[in-house]
Amino acid sequence: MSYTWHFDIVWGYRWIFLTGTGVTIGITIAVVVLGLIVGLIAGIAQLSRSPVLRWLSWAYIEMFRLTPLLVLLLWFYYALPILTGIKLDAITASIVTLTLYGGSFYAEVIRGGIVSIDPGQSEAGLALGMTPTRVMRRIVLPQAIKRMIPPLMNQSIIQFKNTSLVSVLAVPDLLYQGQVAAMDTYRALEVYTVVAVIYVIVLLPLTAIVKQAEKRLAQSN
Amino acid sequence: MNYKIEVSGLRKSFGSLTVLRDINLKVEAGQVVALIGPSGSGKSTLLRCLNLLVMPEGGQVRIGADSFSFGDGSKLPATREQARFRSNTGMVFQHFNLFPHMTVLQNVMEGPISVKAMPKPQAAELARKLLAKVGLSDKVDVFPNKLSGGQKQRVAIARALAMEPEVMLFDEATSALDPELVGEVLGVMRDLAAEGMTMIIVTHEIGFAREVADRVVFMRDGVIVEEGPAREVIGQPKQEATRTFLSHFHNRG
Repeated sequence: MSYTWHFDIVWGYRWIFLTGTGVTIGITIAVVVLGLIVGLIAGIAQLSRSPVLRWLSWAYIEMFRLTPLLVLLLWFYYALPILTGIKLDAITASIVTLTLYGGSFYAEVIRGGIVSIDPGQSEAGLALGMTPTRVMRRIVLPQAIKRMIPPLMNQSIIQFKNTSLVSVLAVPDLLYQGQVAAMDTYRALEVYTVVAVIYVIVLLPLTAIVKQAEKRLAQSN
Repeated sequence: MNYKIEVSGLRKSFGSLTVLRDINLKVEAGQVVALIGPSGSGKSTLLRCLNLLVMPEGGQVRIGADSFSFGDGSKLPATREQARFRSNTGMVFQHFNLFPHMTVLQNVMEGPISVKAMPKPQAAELARKLLAKVGLSDKVDVFPNKLSGGQKQRVAIARALAMEPEVMLFDEATSALDPELVGEVLGVMRDLAAEGMTMIIVTHEIGFAREVADRVVFMRDGVIVEEGPAREVIGQPKQEATRTFLSHFHNRG
C-alpha cells in the first residue's frame, strides 16, 4: 500500500481540534459531576428501608443501564419533545442523557461499595448510640468511598469516550469537529487518526492515576 | 432489690426459626452474669436484644431508667430513641469491629464526639485515660491494623467505656483470639467487674465464668435451662442438659 500521509493539512485545523477537545472535556466534567450526584442518590436509595424508593431507583438504574447510549441520546433529543413539549438544545440533551446514563452505573458502584463494608462496622457504630444516618456518614461512607474510587474513575474514563456519541446531535465535540475537518479535506485517515490519538493522550494520565489509586488501596487493606 | 437490667417475656424468631422463647432475666447493679450454652442456643441473640441490635418481637427490656415494650400493638421505638437507649450500654464484639479508618485514639473518641457532642479536647483526654486503663497508652496514634487481636479487643473495650454506659455487654469477646492473647482481655474484664460494672458476658471460657461471674445462666434452644450462683451452676449443675454441655469442657481441659 502506498499512501502518502499528509498531516500538514490537519495542522491547519488545529484550532478546531483544540476547541473540540475543550468541548469534550467540558461535557465530561459536567456529566461526571452531575452523574456522581445522581448515582449517590440512586445508590443510597437502593439501600433504603422504603420499598418505593428501592423500586424507583431500581427502575431508573436498569432502564438506563440496559438501553444503548446512542438510543437514549436520540430519544432525549427527538422523542422527549414530542412526548412532553420540552425541547432541549443539543448540548443540554447530551448532558442530561450522559448524566442519567453514567449515574446508573455510578449508582451500582456506590451501592456495591457500601454493602462491601462489614456489617459489624455499622453494628459497632449503632452500639455506641449513633443514629443510622450518622453511622453512614462517619463510619460506612469514609471506608466505602476509598473502595469506590478506582471503579468510579474507570467509569468516568468510559464516560469521556461516551461523549463522542453526542456528535450525532451536532454538538461540536472533538469527534464532530473531526468529521467537519475530514469532509473539508477528504483526509479521513489523517483526521480520524489524530482524533483517536487525542482521546488517548487525554486519558493516559487518568488511567495512570487509577492504577496508582488501586495500588494504594491494595496496600492499605 | 435494685435491678439494673430487667428482661421479661422476651421473644424473637428469624423467619420460622424461634431463637428466644419467653426469656426472663434480672441483673442486679454491679453484678456480672455469664451466659453460657451451645452455639445456636440464643445467647448472642439475647445479648443483642438488650441493645436492640436485634429487635425483639415480644416482651419488655429495661436497662437503668429506660424501658421498651415489644409486640402486641406496641410501636417500635423511633430511631432516635433506639440510639439513646443503646448509648447507655457498651457492647464488645467477637470480631472487635474497630473502625479501621481511625486511629486508636479516634476510635475511642468517636462515641463521645458523635453521640454526646463532647468537645474534642475533652474527648481526647477521656480516651487517653481509658486507653491507659486498658494498658495501651503507647498505641494511641496507631491504626487498628497494626494491633494484635488482644490489643484490638482492649481498644474496643475502651471505646465502649468512653460512652460511660451503665451496663457492659460482651459477645464472645475472646473467641476470636489466639489462646496466648485471651488472658490480657480477660484481665481487663476482671478489673471492670471488680470496679462494680454491671456486665453480661456471653462466653465459652467456663473457668473465667466461674471465677468472675456472680451468676451463670445456661441457655439451650432459646430458653434459660438453669441459672444460679456461678459455683453452683458450673460445679453442681442440676439439669441434665447443663451437665452434658459442661462435660465437653471438663473432658477437654
